[in-house]
Amino acid sequence: MTIDDRRPRSTSRDLERYASLFAERTKVMKSSAMRDLMALTERDEVISLAGGLPDTSTFPPDSYAQLMQQVAAESCARALQYGPTEGLESLKRCIVEVMAAERMPGIDGDDVLVTTGGQQVIDLVCKTLIDPGDVVVAEAPTYPGAVPTFCAYQADVVQVAMDRDGMRVDELEETLDRLEREGRRPKFIYTVPTFQNPAGVTMSLPRRERLVRIAAARELLVLEDNPYGLLRYEGDPVPTLRALDGGEFVIYLGTFSKILSPGIRLGWAVAPRPVLAKMNLGKQSADLCSSPMTQHFVAAYFEADGRWEDYLRSLREIYRRRRDTMLDALAEHLPAQAEWTRPAGGLFVWATLPDYIDTTDLLARALQENVAFVPGRAAFLDGRGGSSLRLNFSGVCEDDIREGVRRIGKVVREQVGLYGTLTGAAGEAAAGEPAPAPPDEGLADVLRLPDAARRGARRRAE
Amino acid sequence: MTRVAVLKGGRSLEREVSLRSGARVEDALERLGHEVVAVDVGGDLVERLRAERPDVAFVALHGRDGEDGTVQELLELLDVPYTGSGVSACIRCMDKVLAKHLMRDRGIPTPDFYAFNETAFKELGAAGALPEIEERLDFPIVVKPAAQGSALGIKFARTPADVPTALVAAFSYDRKVLLERHVRGRDLAVSVVDLEEGPVALPVVEAVPREEDFYDFEARYEIGRSEFVCPARLEDDVAAEAQRLAREVYELFGCHGFARVDLMLEEGGGGLFVLEANAIPGLTETSLLPQAADAHGLGFDALVGRLVALALARAGARA
Repeated sequence: MTIDDRRPRSTSRDLERYASLFAERTKVMKSSAMRDLMALTERDEVISLAGGLPDTSTFPPDSYAQLMQQVAAESCARALQYGPTEGLESLKRCIVEVMAAERMPGIDGDDVLVTTGGQQVIDLVCKTLIDPGDVVVAEAPTYPGAVPTFCAYQADVVQVAMDRDGMRVDELEETLDRLEREGRRPKFIYTVPTFQNPAGVTMSLPRRERLVRIAAARELLVLEDNPYGLLRYEGDPVPTLRALDGGEFVIYLGTFSKILSPGIRLGWAVAPRPVLAKMNLGKQSADLCSSPMTQHFVAAYFEADGRWEDYLRSLREIYRRRRDTMLDALAEHLPAQAEWTRPAGGLFVWATLPDYIDTTDLLARALQENVAFVPGRAAFLDGRGGSSLRLNFSGVCEDDIREGVRRIGKVVREQVGLYGTLTGAAGEAAAGEPAPAPPDEGLADVLRLPDAARRGARRRAE
Repeated sequence: MTRVAVLKGGRSLEREVSLRSGARVEDALERLGHEVVAVDVGGDLVERLRAERPDVAFVALHGRDGEDGTVQELLELLDVPYTGSGVSACIRCMDKVLAKHLMRDRGIPTPDFYAFNETAFKELGAAGALPEIEERLDFPIVVKPAAQGSALGIKFARTPADVPTALVAAFSYDRKVLLERHVRGRDLAVSVVDLEEGPVALPVVEAVPREEDFYDFEARYEIGRSEFVCPARLEDDVAAEAQRLAREVYELFGCHGFARVDLMLEEGGGGLFVLEANAIPGLTETSLLPQAADAHGLGFDALVGRLVALALARAGARA
């Protein structure tokens, strides 16, 4: 293969020449060691429990063909044309329908901004609210995909711990008090309250009520990121923050990515009008409008009565089985010292290993066994999360989940055993055997995080 | 026109860096008028090489397989001339434990160390000897996998309680690890390139950690958290000594073409210590060897051209 026709790549002198032109915000870089490791997870032979992917192979190809046919027949010219920045009215009607299914009936289409995926909402909210150095309050751990966005806007991210009931709202209040004393005013609180990414936990109703009250009392915005709310596998739905607040201080983020397809790149924001107007301007400058082609596609898809809900039901069924398979496999293969969450919905399980295991290093070892996960540090901005990992169960078939977890269990047990040998703790080494029974559900549901205070102390011990 | 296969990527943990090195080498080779065959190294390597029949292979791989002599062994077998060090020199560079023993035997200063494989702990009770090691090396102790090329898996144990954790991390990358005395001081790198006049030590590069990271040892190993100064601001005799040591290591290990030797200059007049040698240094825009070559007046294209010429000359001499 000769590649004579390529343009030459940049030389080091070029790089220096351009470097002086780069904006300050491009200098915010995360450690590249993990990025390089993550690149290896995409090899074909690797069972990757690292992605956050829905299983698009479940969407019937003949439906796809029929919908595209319909778009071509009925709205070819409009689908190929620019559209309004705020989105097509026909799509907004679908969004209103989805929000009603999320128990938020009667949303006014004028309060909706259609976006290019839910990710754009995070970007637009930052663009609208964040000056360099402004504070964003997020959960610990937080959605790893939000971290680069916060960094790009040079936000100062303050993370608040979670437990089995979601964000610790008492800690949130203490944090807000402290920030106030320091004269730093947070602009918004970012939360994924339902089936959180990465932790898999759901914020309890009392905490939701209290969070909404705090936001109103302090006149703070809350960005409620809710991609997974309709992917509930058990239990009763909990009202969204938007439903509790009525839309005064909550910016709601929704998406078609997990209930239909991420490839269509469509999400939306529902926000107080003045905020929405600014986000609309921000969107105009970013991309003018989201793809009318896929907006027409979704509108056509929603036309047939109950079709989207039938597909959603089938997804729920598939993902529920995959979640159960993963939880069973974890119980079978992880040693007794490991803990993990038991999500009632969504796509992720968050596991925490003994604190002498560093999951970034563990990933390097796991890749030798051709299995991958997301190391916990990706979900923190302060170096915590070192002994946790995120596992995805939606994008991988049940056999691969079982085999992937078995391989992870093997390398974890290996490290537990080695640590036991190194510290002379015979009991530890023996405990490297798989747990005999599934962990107690109450305990397993507790979201355990590494002890930040202790780690900090060790770092300073030098 | 020479037909050059650029071997890059592969399955090592340094795949991404290797892809960047390889891409840059391909550009240089094209500018030099060579025919380029890009090969992302995988299960079909032997098949590809047989099919493509290159005149020479430019090995732009880093880490396992590419830098440890494995790929070089295959190239020998297939009679394909290749750039850089031969099999035995690669092995000597890649295995930090072997490298340090060779240096110590030759009287080249290298930080004190102890090395063990996993079985020493599992079957010989080596854990029982950790207190003695800790006493002799003093804290902080650097714990590293014997054969990991990048900074991955390198930990600093600050207290005895940190040592087992650091060992578990290092064993994630290799079956053999070393515990090394931490030399506090300045990070230096000297690249050696085989020019017309023989192996020449290029100007010294210093990695200067950003102020806020000065006491965070791990941060110093993260890309983008250090700034590189070339030539390093050193006394003339110190720079000359670093270059002399680098050349000596280059010759001791039997390197060919090029290599990079990493050293520490201990604070408080402790002198220079050689940490390791890299048989295939990074060749990206921000890598140290190209920066040093530039400072020496050797442009990247000339460097790449020289390495290809050396590879062909070595093969010619054997034929």
